[in-house]
Amino acid sequence: MSSFSFDVQSNMTFAQKFQQISWGLVFLICMVASVGFLALYSAAGGNLEPWASKQMVRFGVGLVGMFIIAMIDIRLWHRFAYGIYAIGFILLVIVEVMGKIGMGAQRWIDLGFIQLQPSEFMKIAVIMALARYFHAATLEDMRRIFFLIPPALIILAPVGLVMVQPDLGTGGMILMGGAAVVFLAGAPVWIFITGIVGGIASLPVAWMVLHEYQRERVRTFLNPEHDPMGAGYHIIQSKIALGSAGIEGKGFLKGSQAHLNFLPEKQTDFIFTLWAEEWGLMGGVFLLALMALIFAYCGWISLRCRHGFGRLLAFGLMVNFSLYALINIAMVMGLLPVVGIPLPLISYGGTAMLSLLTGFGLIMSCNIHRDSKLPRM
Amino acid sequence: MAKKKSSFDRDKDRSLSFTRRAIVLGALQATALTALGARLAWLQIVDGHRYKTMSENNRINVKLLAPSRGLIVDRYGVQIAVNNQNFRVMVIPEQTHNLENALLGLQKLITLSDNQVQALMKQAKKSPKFAPLVVRDNLTWDEVATVEVNLPDLPGVSIDVGEIRSYPMDAATAHLVGYVGAANKGELEDKDPLLKIPGFKVGKTALEKIYDKELRGKAGAAEIEVNVVGREVRELSRRPGEPGQDLVLTIDSELQKYVQSRLSDSRSASAVVMDVHTGGVYAMASVPSFDPNIFTRGLTPEKWEELLSTEGHPLNNKAVGGLYPPGSTFKMVTAMAALELGIINENTSFFCPGHFSLGDTKFHCWKAHGHGRVNVVQALAQSCDTFFYNIAIDIGVDRLAEMSKRFGFGQILGIELTEERAGLVPTRDWKRGAMNKPWYPGESVVGSIGQGYIQTTPLQLAVMTARLVNGGKEVKPRLAEYMGPTKRIQTVWPDLGLKARNLDIVMRGMENVVNQPGGTALGSKITIEGQEMGGKTGTAQVKRITADERARGVRNETLPWHLRHHALFVCYAPIHAPRYACAVVVEHGVGGSSTAAPIGRDIMIMTQQRAPALKDAHIPEGVAPIDKSNIPPRKPQVPEKIPDDDVIVPGKKTEL
Repeated sequence: MSSFSFDVQSNMTFAQKFQQISWGLVFLICMVASVGFLALYSAAGGNLEPWASKQMVRFGVGLVGMFIIAMIDIRLWHRFAYGIYAIGFILLVIVEVMGKIGMGAQRWIDLGFIQLQPSEFMKIAVIMALARYFHAATLEDMRRIFFLIPPALIILAPVGLVMVQPDLGTGGMILMGGAAVVFLAGAPVWIFITGIVGGIASLPVAWMVLHEYQRERVRTFLNPEHDPMGAGYHIIQSKIALGSAGIEGKGFLKGSQAHLNFLPEKQTDFIFTLWAEEWGLMGGVFLLALMALIFAYCGWISLRCRHGFGRLLAFGLMVNFSLYALINIAMVMGLLPVVGIPLPLISYGGTAMLSLLTGFGLIMSCNIHRDSKLPRM
Repeated sequence: MAKKKSSFDRDKDRSLSFTRRAIVLGALQATALTALGARLAWLQIVDGHRYKTMSENNRINVKLLAPSRGLIVDRYGVQIAVNNQNFRVMVIPEQTHNLENALLGLQKLITLSDNQVQALMKQAKKSPKFAPLVVRDNLTWDEVATVEVNLPDLPGVSIDVGEIRSYPMDAATAHLVGYVGAANKGELEDKDPLLKIPGFKVGKTALEKIYDKELRGKAGAAEIEVNVVGREVRELSRRPGEPGQDLVLTIDSELQKYVQSRLSDSRSASAVVMDVHTGGVYAMASVPSFDPNIFTRGLTPEKWEELLSTEGHPLNNKAVGGLYPPGSTFKMVTAMAALELGIINENTSFFCPGHFSLGDTKFHCWKAHGHGRVNVVQALAQSCDTFFYNIAIDIGVDRLAEMSKRFGFGQILGIELTEERAGLVPTRDWKRGAMNKPWYPGESVVGSIGQGYIQTTPLQLAVMTARLVNGGKEVKPRLAEYMGPTKRIQTVWPDLGLKARNLDIVMRGMENVVNQPGGTALGSKITIEGQEMGGKTGTAQVKRITADERARGVRNETLPWHLRHHALFVCYAPIHAPRYACAVVVEHGVGGSSTAAPIGRDIMIMTQQRAPALKDAHIPEGVAPIDKSNIPPRKPQVPEKIPDDDVIVPGKKTEL
């Protein structure tokens, strides 16, 4: 009855699995991370402290975690997808409630040894739960509107919670990542068109509920020069840094904009600018190309996968990663408002690094277990 | 075609649909990446020339300079909080041959612990080599001289002068002015860019905190030319910013010092002297005190622990934050309530046999054999408890509370001190809410003599006295006479709506306390003509001595210190045209008339000698902030951390 006539790889040995790790992808990830190390080394004025060394340690730890996750049988991820989602959701509620009970706006739970940021965790959990939900869905299912209500809730419940934190950036990311999975699963296109049109139509309403600082960001984006000494300053300085670099760049450790402190947040949100100022158009395009190769590699893993769960999970996670990269780079070039979204694998930051490598671990797990036989439900 | 597709076909359809849609998304991503690449090329090639020019112009950093903090002076211009020069040793790592050797060399010249050296080495690793490190601050003159002499042998080392807050009157004004310290996380929410300046200090307690915004001033700015690696080449211009406004207090610092020292025989006490018409506080002392300078010069954990564990809580300002039952000093309020309600008049009298019975309960008067027949003036003068027991039930707790609030109890009076507390005036509603119990008549009886649930501060007792003797005006205590050029002290206050005749009756009672035979404070009478005072003693029970203990001869003086009664005294002077009100509370001082009243008398004599109310406060000449024009601009600018933390405001305006 199975459509898969052979599933030889369902019980692989450790060595077999290890061989199956996507070493090409690992190489690409290491390349991008190394760009990050160089940039952080430069951001500290040619110093490993305080950023580059810590980032390397975190990357090392994350890499080991990534391998472990990749080795875990995908059937386990499939079985516990909803459970993981539920845990993430509860943590999110806890953070929200704690924030209400007088501890101020908080986005994380302090476990003592690590500050857990549930919204970071939730990005992965939403995609995993959706992949599980659509794993066995037929195209007929996808046309039934009632079939699409549970996934809508899976996406919107955490998005709502994150948005009220308020963390519009992350909320938007979860929403777009989730929508991509629903789209891939084969939901009717009219839903997305309606969604986009409706979204644009409701912009005036959204404008009303935005915090003043958020409105200011949008205004600044629309016309950064209107207040060059204030909020528009970041974008203008970032553009100056990029523009003055030319084709070859100013040279490693010689980015004047970054080192003279004209560039804000150079170790986090504006790290692409720092990199491109020193390495020029060639460096920038090199980094874009590395990103493109990672997207393509993950897309290929997804298409090779023989079960819906793996296909949706791998592609969904890849879309999530790409959204971060694309939005961050567009932001520093003045193509999008400053929304405080880091450049994945490069920006300084522990939680983001760990969650990204967890995501890549899952994508690799999809690759290793691409021929596994998953239960229909 | 089959009616129902086979599972294989369905999977194939799904797979195809997935692939199609994956290609759509992939194409979108590819488009986005290409667009970004194109945008980058546009910025760097097409617009490159324009941006290159802009980046060249970005060679001038604007650095914020901390303004001088406003001074705090007393009503005559005597300095209470000032800015002293703070000499610091700096070292620029790249200019030394070897940083560690340089630090070890300095260690021979100035006090510098091994731990500090290690911390500096660690810090140096994290900062660029051209960024100066602060080796130590608050150098003594001797240390400055020693380092100066040895500078030729210490390449990379320099001396730099900054400002440090200093409190010349030490412990005498510690509770009034408070102290400054580095801004903590919560205070950083404040958007003032000044707070980002490394080492910038904000007011942490008391006046320094309440008037922080005004004292702080506005940031200055220096334009600094930097070279291509960010090294500062020269300073192009300097705008010193606006120094903070000076704060002139109502305080008379000589009187303040006197009160503080007069109290210091006690283990724990506080006192307030204020003007009954303006509310201006002339002195406010709390003993034990502390030296606020230790907070600005760097507090060691040991010292902090010591301050916290000292008996009498030196860090607390007990004059506004200490809560005590007012005891018999409260009897004026009870008398006013009864008089205003018409329950008694001047001639109403009760017989005091030494106790009062309510049902089966016996309430004792402090005088075991009784006062005989007394009217309200005599009852106040001799502090007869029985008289007040007799009117307590008729007044009732809620009406007594209403009168208490008119006199300033149970509320924040708005003095400019962070530690002020409201205390507690009990009512039926309060008791139901707090204890879920009804009010018992016996509680009204003890409440009438200021015992039971009521909690008051020494400041509130002084305000009560002021309101009794200033013609029933709702005066409130204030510490600021001038903030900058603005007069802050208020001279006209709303009327409390009390009958002048009744106030007069109560004042006669207070007069007799001190000046008539039989008065409880006769021993503290002021005999200087024209400076006589009126007052009221109070003794607040901490532990009840039971009948059994009394029989065994247990006396309050023999109890352990912390169980003894609090001694209170409120007073005003001069008696015929009251101008000054004072409250004294000696914790566990045993007796109001024996301990607190003599202190009150001495304070009142000194106050009238100084007569601060007769000399107007003024904005003194010559308290202008230290003239910095003759201090040379600092040679290297001094980021204490890596340059990333420097405050840079947008640089030279580029043409956009």
